[in-house]
Amino acid sequence: MSHTIPRPAAPPAEAPVLERWKSRICPSTGFRIDRHADGLIKANAVVATVMLLIGGISAILILLTRWQAVHLLSPVWFYRILTVHGMTMLIFFILFFEMAVLYFAAGPLLNSRIVAPKTAWSAFGLMVLGAALTELMMWTGKADVLMTSYIPLRADPMYYLGIIMFAVGALIVVGIFFGTITVARREKTFTGSLPLVVYGAATAAIIAFITLLHGAATYIPAYLWSLGLIRYDPQVYRMLWWALGHSSQQINVAAMVALWYLLGALTVGSVVLNEKISRSAFVLYILFISLASAHHLLVDPGFGPAWKVVNTSYFMYMAVLASMLHGFTVPAGIELGQRLRGINQGLFGWVKRAPWGDPGFSSLALSVIVFGFVGGITGVTLGTEQINILAHNTLRIPGHFHATVVSGTAMAFMGITYYVIPLIFRKKVAFYRLAQWQPYLFGIGMLIFSIFMTFAGGFGVPRRHYDTTFSNAPFDLQFSPAVDMVTAVMAIGGLIAAVGGGIYILVTVWSVFFGESLEGVDVTTLRTGVPQGLIRPPRKLVPADTAAIQERGWLGITPGTMVLVLIFLAAFALYYFTNWKQLAAVWKIG
Amino acid sequence: MNGYEEFHSGLEAPKGVWWKPAHKSEKIWFGIAFAWCMVLFAMMPLWHWKGGQNPSGIRSKVDPAAFTARVNEFTATYKVGEDRGMPIVEPPPGSDVYLLGRMWSWTPVLKLKQGVEYTLHISSADVNHGFSLYPVNVNFQIVPGYDYALRVTPSEAGDFRVICNEFCGVGHHLMLGRVIVTDREGREVNRRDPMPGVPQ
Repeated sequence: MSHTIPRPAAPPAEAPVLERWKSRICPSTGFRIDRHADGLIKANAVVATVMLLIGGISAILILLTRWQAVHLLSPVWFYRILTVHGMTMLIFFILFFEMAVLYFAAGPLLNSRIVAPKTAWSAFGLMVLGAALTELMMWTGKADVLMTSYIPLRADPMYYLGIIMFAVGALIVVGIFFGTITVARREKTFTGSLPLVVYGAATAAIIAFITLLHGAATYIPAYLWSLGLIRYDPQVYRMLWWALGHSSQQINVAAMVALWYLLGALTVGSVVLNEKISRSAFVLYILFISLASAHHLLVDPGFGPAWKVVNTSYFMYMAVLASMLHGFTVPAGIELGQRLRGINQGLFGWVKRAPWGDPGFSSLALSVIVFGFVGGITGVTLGTEQINILAHNTLRIPGHFHATVVSGTAMAFMGITYYVIPLIFRKKVAFYRLAQWQPYLFGIGMLIFSIFMTFAGGFGVPRRHYDTTFSNAPFDLQFSPAVDMVTAVMAIGGLIAAVGGGIYILVTVWSVFFGESLEGVDVTTLRTGVPQGLIRPPRKLVPADTAAIQERGWLGITPGTMVLVLIFLAAFALYYFTNWKQLAAVWKIG
Repeated sequence: MNGYEEFHSGLEAPKGVWWKPAHKSEKIWFGIAFAWCMVLFAMMPLWHWKGGQNPSGIRSKVDPAAFTARVNEFTATYKVGEDRGMPIVEPPPGSDVYLLGRMWSWTPVLKLKQGVEYTLHISSADVNHGFSLYPVNVNFQIVPGYDYALRVTPSEAGDFRVICNEFCGVGHHLMLGRVIVTDREGREVNRRDPMPGVPQ
């Protein structure tokens, strides 16, 4: 069987330590999978899915309340469920999944054992306990403070304690990740530099470390404050909270980009154009980590214009540059991988002939496109000091981050799941036809949702708001009638995405618990039930393949991608300067 | 041969030294992207210099109780009427104006004049609030303990609303304030009469 994934040699005989850990060799990829890596990946993935279910149900409830024609919940339950949705999705779902990614990258991808497995399992227990405690506080109404819990809004001390426990657990996992890489290198389970995917995961882990320290700086004082032991300045809290809040999104970005490279390799055999560029771009994420955090404070009273301009950009927006580089190298790697394998027709033959029926590939493509075109462009624009005046706390903000963290990160997570089910859980993907539709439903639903949410925000419709008809307010306020239409379309998009999310949960849960086992099955003989990238894995490249490469002038060796990124830049510039024009039309303010 | 030796996937550890010159198209895109990032940066200082909308303000720390007292004094001095029990305050054109956010109201109702620059002090008596002027759509974060004094020049006359767009407790969605802007002659223009039947 030809395959791009390297088959590691049998464990070297001079390393008896390898005999001490129980492992299995994955028959389709040749990965050596440690028993504990196996268990930890599964456990974290299962809890992540439970969190996704809780977060998803809460999403539907919120959606059906903000859709003013339905207006389902009471105010108390709306704000409570909104708190649950934010914490459960952005913190618990994402981080449990990322813990699984870290174990996957350090374990199987490096053919390594997980160090300190008992500590790893304790960390998992601590995270589950912390998450459960926080959930309990939220559901019992002891923490109606929304996800950001801006003090002086006060939650029960146990709420902060639960988050601290969860974060400590996650911090331990980050330590185990680096410990595992170190041991893998010492035990020579891989040679040379880390593979790019693992390098990206390591970037996410470093950012996670930074983020979790900020988390400690935010929540430990908040815990003490909630007990009445110390004073806590609300502006300082906001600064520290966002050092946590947006840095955690940088973990997601780094993990997502690592998965982009991984999914590209698994589905179409994408290649790395240049290791230097891709790796440097990952390093930029670490070095410019604080930029996005400052974006949340652009219209705050506690910081001056110089602080805002510098900290939102460090003069040169290198984190944006990093994403723009990955936005080039990921599709270029896909393009070149296909061209090298003979799909070399025209500018976009590689797009046309891509495996759009492979849910791993369609998730990858939608994740890259929506993250870049919607999430990225809106994010940088909203994060501009003055433009933020137009957007702060309006629906444009959640419109932006649902395009990044849901359509981007969660979409990539879903895509890799279709490979993890056969590779790690050793099960067929249940309801495979549905699974093929799932990325489209979820991706396009979320695309509609985030675009129309952004539109609504443009009318000044606030986020985190129970009643935008202001029916019981002291004065009347009637938004433009267009807003009703826009929020209705937004709700419909959200419901389509919810169907996609529901299918994802159904497929994964059914596959894992009731799915057909793949033990002893050669997946390359299957016709359906596992993604195409495993049935017909991309052919292994040989040096002679490079003969297919043509330089097309300044369009280079990946001309299709060059055209796509130029379209992207044009859209970016158009959106960016339209916002400046809008800003120039409002009251003079300064 | 065309100079390309090998390509590998992101799952494979690169062989040997991977610090190699980038391909031409990558260099071109890097250059374009870098230049664009410079534009993104340059626009901010440029707008401080040439643009009319900046979130700078005059910022100072203030005790919430002291700020509340200041708002009360301001209200008592310049009160010209009432709207549903809420004082309407018409300060002299160009003066310092005060707006207090608290659970769950914005007080007082402000009456400003078109085309005149005011210094609008906003703060909170309790938790974070969000100042969102409708339908102009300008938004600022209001943090207790901080006086955010923004120099604003209403460019149009009309009847405006102040939405709270930062969650501030279970009555958050009831928190709505009012700003009236009279035209250059000091007349109220009700392009949209917000409350028919209520004397203005």
